[in-house]
Amino acid sequence: MTPPILTLETVSKRFVKPLDAAEKVANLFGAGLRAQVVRAVDDVNLTIAEGEVVGLVGESGCGKSTLGRVISGIMDPSEGRVLYRGADVARMGGKERRATDLAVQMIFQDPMASLNPRLRVIDIIGEAPVVHGLVEARDKEAYVAEIMGRVGLDASTRPRYPHQFSGGQRARIGIARALAVKPQVLVCDESTAALDVSIQAQVLNLFMKLRHELNLTYVFVSHDLGVVEHISDRVAVMYLGRIVELSPTDELFRAPNHPYTQALLDEVPRLVAKKRKFSSLKGEIPSPLDPPSGCHFHPRCPHAFARCKVDRPALKEIAPGRFSACHLNEEAPARPGRATADGAVLAS
Amino acid sequence: MAIPVLDVDNLVVSFGTREGELTAVNGVTFQVHAGEVLGLVGESGSGKSVTGLAVMGLIDAPGRIASGSIKLLGEELVGRSERELRAIRGKRIAMIFQDPMTTLNPVLRIDTQMIEAIRAHESVSEKAARDRARQALAQVGIPSPEERLNAYPHQFSGGMRQRVAIATALLNRPAVLVADEPTTALDVTIQAQILAEVQTLAADHGTAMVWITHDLSVVAGLADRIAVMYSGRIVETGPVEGVLDAPIHPYTNGLIGSVPSRNRRGVPLAQIPGMAPSLARVPPGCPFNPRCARATATCRADMPGPTLYEGDRMARCHHPVPAPESAAA
Repeated sequence: MTPPILTLETVSKRFVKPLDAAEKVANLFGAGLRAQVVRAVDDVNLTIAEGEVVGLVGESGCGKSTLGRVISGIMDPSEGRVLYRGADVARMGGKERRATDLAVQMIFQDPMASLNPRLRVIDIIGEAPVVHGLVEARDKEAYVAEIMGRVGLDASTRPRYPHQFSGGQRARIGIARALAVKPQVLVCDESTAALDVSIQAQVLNLFMKLRHELNLTYVFVSHDLGVVEHISDRVAVMYLGRIVELSPTDELFRAPNHPYTQALLDEVPRLVAKKRKFSSLKGEIPSPLDPPSGCHFHPRCPHAFARCKVDRPALKEIAPGRFSACHLNEEAPARPGRATADGAVLAS
Repeated sequence: MAIPVLDVDNLVVSFGTREGELTAVNGVTFQVHAGEVLGLVGESGSGKSVTGLAVMGLIDAPGRIASGSIKLLGEELVGRSERELRAIRGKRIAMIFQDPMTTLNPVLRIDTQMIEAIRAHESVSEKAARDRARQALAQVGIPSPEERLNAYPHQFSGGMRQRVAIATALLNRPAVLVADEPTTALDVTIQAQILAEVQTLAADHGTAMVWITHDLSVVAGLADRIAVMYSGRIVETGPVEGVLDAPIHPYTNGLIGSVPSRNRRGVPLAQIPGMAPSLARVPPGCPFNPRCARATATCRADMPGPTLYEGDRMARCHHPVPAPESAAA
């Protein structure tokens, strides 16, 4: 069996704010200040098969974008390994590493912030493939024109600058730039969040078309559950740096297992014209500087019990292909009283 | 029937630019009654925000209200002096913006700002005003409001800031609240919390609300009526159920088709080709005709007038979507 295209093994990413001079002096007098550490990604295991679309969802600050950056090689993990086709990315030699970096490309949220405003579109798209020797400099024009056609841009607009394009077209330029180096995996970080719905629909359709034409693998980072549901095969739900649930899309949306996933799905506005009572998940996502002990979700969880405050639940397989990190999956059968309230969901 | 709290009739707002006079809002008509929520939906550049600003009397040069009327409980607002408008704004009509930091002054404490908002319209003691500010904060679900009054805006999270902005807007119990995409920048869980608060507040106070958004699914659960704008005009309006279940205008139909949903996973979305026209180059006839699959020669020549349909609905289209087709889309 061929190894999966991407494997994350116990990947963590920490950001440390070291003490400044004044704080070090204060420590000499016994202030006991310590460097602040944010665990943006905390012990994540994830396997992505070739041709698959994996959605990463969660609220702001849950670490989904950081994880996307680690996957695309923009950031190195603080701990753990990222394997590309079975090979550890961190141990690769120069040439192999470069090939891997090209094979995993990222598409960013704000095209205006990620496209150089002083370069013409032909250079934005064509520079990288020429530099990396994928095309000869004299073939650049034709190559760029071909890629622009593929993403639905008029190739005659290639001498223009990014500001001369609309938001949807800029998103397409960002996609074309990523495609120009012939990637295998695209990491899309909120790539459609800034677009109007009708334009978003066009870009999502483009992603689907490219997937079939080029056999691409996607990691789709988004806070928009509707988008993720539409495009993904599997969905990973993140909360404060950890994956709390990982399931095939249909099953996750039909019968969410983790209480956080359940709450998140309840909040999604649906296109159903019924006056509805917006319920609310109490409180906000806690600061990642000082995450709650045990299960990070316990202060907001309606089902939390004593063990949740102490023990960190592991991500366990609860059904074939479905993973959830919740103590309730073990405790529930022993607590018949709970079965009537949410047994239908827990039993899934 | 009671007179509507807000009655906008044939409103035209235009902007003088180098490319000539551009009409951003072109004959918009709607009414909102007490306790009712109107969802004003459209994409960027459709004129929905300008409509909101016009209601607030906040259209500045080079823009102007070229014609039409805006009535608040039967009283004409168009043509009032800035001084008269200032007495009305914040008192009888209030607005919430997408980014609460455009409302809140970053260098003043919350209590200073809220007390000022009350005392600008009423002569009450500072203590009484502070009490009211505290109650308003508690009402929008801000924990320990007494302490939070002493905080600065940057000490709040995004969701909390938006609550403060909402509390401030509601301080004087306005008859009309205009909300311009106030939850767009927030996470779904926080958005749901705020929608819940706003729903209760509107119902309790009988506030008439205009909820401006590009997100049909937010409006679906919140609004009583919906008005879809395209290129400065309301192209379809009616009760939410009717419009979403059986859209009449092909644009509304396309918007609904563009929303990703679980029923069509893996199937390409029914996209609307092209993009909204620039105001400087609005196509002749129906402005939607270049993007419309149903367009004919008539559409390229004549702007369709408003046609009334059953179920208190209106649409401007020569070739309305037949009912079974829209249901399937």
